[in-house]
Amino acid sequence: MLHYIGRRLLQLIPVLLGMTFIVFMIIRAIPGDPAQVILGQQASEEAIKALRTNLGLDNPWYIQYFDYLKGLVTGDLGESLRTRTPVVDEVWPYLAATIELSLFAIIIAVIIGINAGIISAWFQNSWFDYLAMIIALIGVSMPIFWLGLMNQWIFSIELGILPTTGRENVRDPVDVMTGFYVIDTLLAGDFNQLSTVLKHLVLPGTALATIPMAIIARMTRSSMLEVMRSDYVRTARSKGLSMFWVVYKHALKNAIIPVLTIIGLQMGLLLGGAILTETIFGWPGIGRYIYEAIGFRDYPVIQSGILIVAFIFVMINLFVDLLYGLVDPRIKYD
Amino acid sequence: MGKKKFLSWTFLLLLLVSTALYGCSSDEGSKEDGGGSAEEKQLIFGRGGDSVSLDPITVTDGESFKVTKNIFDTLVNFGEQDTEIEGALASKWEPSEDGLSYTFTLEEGVKFHDGTDFNAEAVVKNFERWAAGDGEKFPYYGSMFGGYGDEEGHVIKSVEATGDYEVVFTLNRPQAPFLKNLAMSPFAIASPTAFEEAGDSFGDNPVGTGPFKFVEWKRNDTITIEKFDDYWVDGEPKLDQVVFRAIPDNSARLNALLSGEIDLADGITPSDGKTIEGNADLQLYERPSMNVGYLGMTVTREPFDDPKVRQAINHAIDKQAIVDAFFEGRAEVAKNPIPPVISGYNDSIEDYEYSPEKAKELLAEAGLPDGFEMELYAMPVPRPYMPDGQKVAEAIQKNLADVGVTAKIVSFEWATYLEKAANGEADAFLLGWTGDNGDADNFLYALLDQDNVGTNNYTYYENQELHDILIQAQSEVEEDKRNELYMQAQEIIHDDAPWVPLAHSTPLLAGGKNVIDFKAHPTGSDKLAGVDLE
Repeated sequence: MLHYIGRRLLQLIPVLLGMTFIVFMIIRAIPGDPAQVILGQQASEEAIKALRTNLGLDNPWYIQYFDYLKGLVTGDLGESLRTRTPVVDEVWPYLAATIELSLFAIIIAVIIGINAGIISAWFQNSWFDYLAMIIALIGVSMPIFWLGLMNQWIFSIELGILPTTGRENVRDPVDVMTGFYVIDTLLAGDFNQLSTVLKHLVLPGTALATIPMAIIARMTRSSMLEVMRSDYVRTARSKGLSMFWVVYKHALKNAIIPVLTIIGLQMGLLLGGAILTETIFGWPGIGRYIYEAIGFRDYPVIQSGILIVAFIFVMINLFVDLLYGLVDPRIKYD
Repeated sequence: MGKKKFLSWTFLLLLLVSTALYGCSSDEGSKEDGGGSAEEKQLIFGRGGDSVSLDPITVTDGESFKVTKNIFDTLVNFGEQDTEIEGALASKWEPSEDGLSYTFTLEEGVKFHDGTDFNAEAVVKNFERWAAGDGEKFPYYGSMFGGYGDEEGHVIKSVEATGDYEVVFTLNRPQAPFLKNLAMSPFAIASPTAFEEAGDSFGDNPVGTGPFKFVEWKRNDTITIEKFDDYWVDGEPKLDQVVFRAIPDNSARLNALLSGEIDLADGITPSDGKTIEGNADLQLYERPSMNVGYLGMTVTREPFDDPKVRQAINHAIDKQAIVDAFFEGRAEVAKNPIPPVISGYNDSIEDYEYSPEKAKELLAEAGLPDGFEMELYAMPVPRPYMPDGQKVAEAIQKNLADVGVTAKIVSFEWATYLEKAANGEADAFLLGWTGDNGDADNFLYALLDQDNVGTNNYTYYENQELHDILIQAQSEVEEDKRNELYMQAQEIIHDDAPWVPLAHSTPLLAGGKNVIDFKAHPTGSDKLAGVDLE
């Protein structure tokens, strides 16, 4: 197993290296001069030139690329062209914000998605089955933008039970320790704030969860249907075990593997796909961090931001692969 | 394995979700209004983006100035809602007759937030710091004062303390907008002790003499500033705390205002103006217009190298219809490159009337009776001077089609758009400008002089006569003579017609009914010292 993990981690290196190269080339291929964008419309030509030289943008691309790689090896992700702060120093709050939101979203998606899928399979062709699958279809095709604004309107303005935007009640700010506000408020023992923080998670969390929830529900349903037709389930049933026991104890274990794969993939997509949600809900996460960096042609931030997201994506997939073995001991790693 | 582990995880998740649901159902004010203690007056200002740095001299973006305006003071200040010069840290100033020196008398007893004294020495140190910089470190200093240190164009020769509270500026040449430049947010006086100690990180720990002192910055989220008890103006500030909150999406920001999570919202789209006026809990603020939105024509590209063609386009576009439709009437039709509030505005210019017939005649005279094909650049982002570039472009496209000109609308992502336009790759493009210091020079010279071709003069328009006038106006200290020069300049520009000036828009803000005495400033950065909450 350790051997397997080691090999997978080694495989990471060429993947991430290739990715840095692709990202590096793509963002340099789009027109737009960072120096011009940073200094703004008012800047003089000399100032722009001076800044370009200072930022090393005058060097040929391969020198810039190797400088970047050299930095990466020493854990230096470069310095934001716009704020002049090392990316390493400023990325954590954004990353924490996105991870917190994504985890919350995936938890909702998994709990509701898996259960809806199971129940649909259990009562196949019942009204619940049809309804759940119709909702799932709508969920997949609903634009997040529209859903988000509608939710704000209904739950914040009309009903007044949830906040529209942000991570915390600005009038009673959270003392940041870890960057995960749920954990920070728990550490501070402030349950009032914890409840506020969780409330702030609900709207962006559900908006973000909608699509994975729908996909997980459909995947669980079809996977369950297959397993339920198998002999051992029939045997278990005929032994007189209750349906609930059969489904949750026996069938689910075998049906869960493909669902796990989907969850892993969706989780990675959430990290990268949070941009829209983060924009609508004023969520200061990594999606917006990268998005704004693109507007400013802030190369180091774009490169490193995407690299970090890609790294997490790959790690999640590794984790999911390891999880297979835990769920199904027949799966061996060698 | 971990059946148990699996179960305990599930349990934990259930716990989390149920806590969340419990949180939702608890009736503890989700509206989030008036939290904190009852006496704390806290204003939350919602805006579209975060600041870049809180050291105002290092940046050029408006979002940074919105905050620093309240942390720092400048030597002189703009009027409450105009760009007339008033005293601030300097109570009096005396220009010499030749316009080559200014003697400032400073306010006494003013303290920086770190407890150090504000005095003549502090002013000198600030200017020394800037003059020793370069275009990369302090971009606005060079562009407003012509350079740094010993550079030839540098306007400020020396800044000397001639007493504890007296400073003399000696200039290399007279500069007409000198005082207006000094009033700009980037030239705010910072605590020398603080910037010498902090070095590059001063932007994260700004220390000024302003009404509010810096507390905390959560990047891309909130910046918190709180009342400075020793503020030198009596009775100000009235608020205890101000939080600037970034909510990028305009609709979401309005939603946050409607739900009471923020007290003021910047960047209200014109189409939401009516909604706000119809809501008894809200008030709408109009920011006095100091901008211009225009259609630029790259004069180096055929057929726009012919002034007749450019005049024809001016006749072809129905500006009033555009203002009515896309600015919801909250803009003034433009006929000059500068807005009317600016001193030197030439009101006697007769605008090209909307007349497709005249346009066709002019096109025929230019040898293009059957029109021509062109590319029209449409802005991809909303700006105060252009709420919806795409739609305005479509209206223009229709107007042009009426006179036989086929315009193909193209758009690029914003940074690309600016670069392509600056490279002269566009036939015609939509763009605009918001003034920095309320001076005509900041519009006419910056946007249409040959010195600025390829930077801010995106049309590549060059006219020697105009250039001479604009340069002369830069050092003409007498206001009337100067205005006369600008009037002439506008006539030349009108005849050469490198632009179709479209509109001077009125940017909108909205606030709760409980906000008192908020005054939107034309520069886009608002001083909140006098603002109160009910």
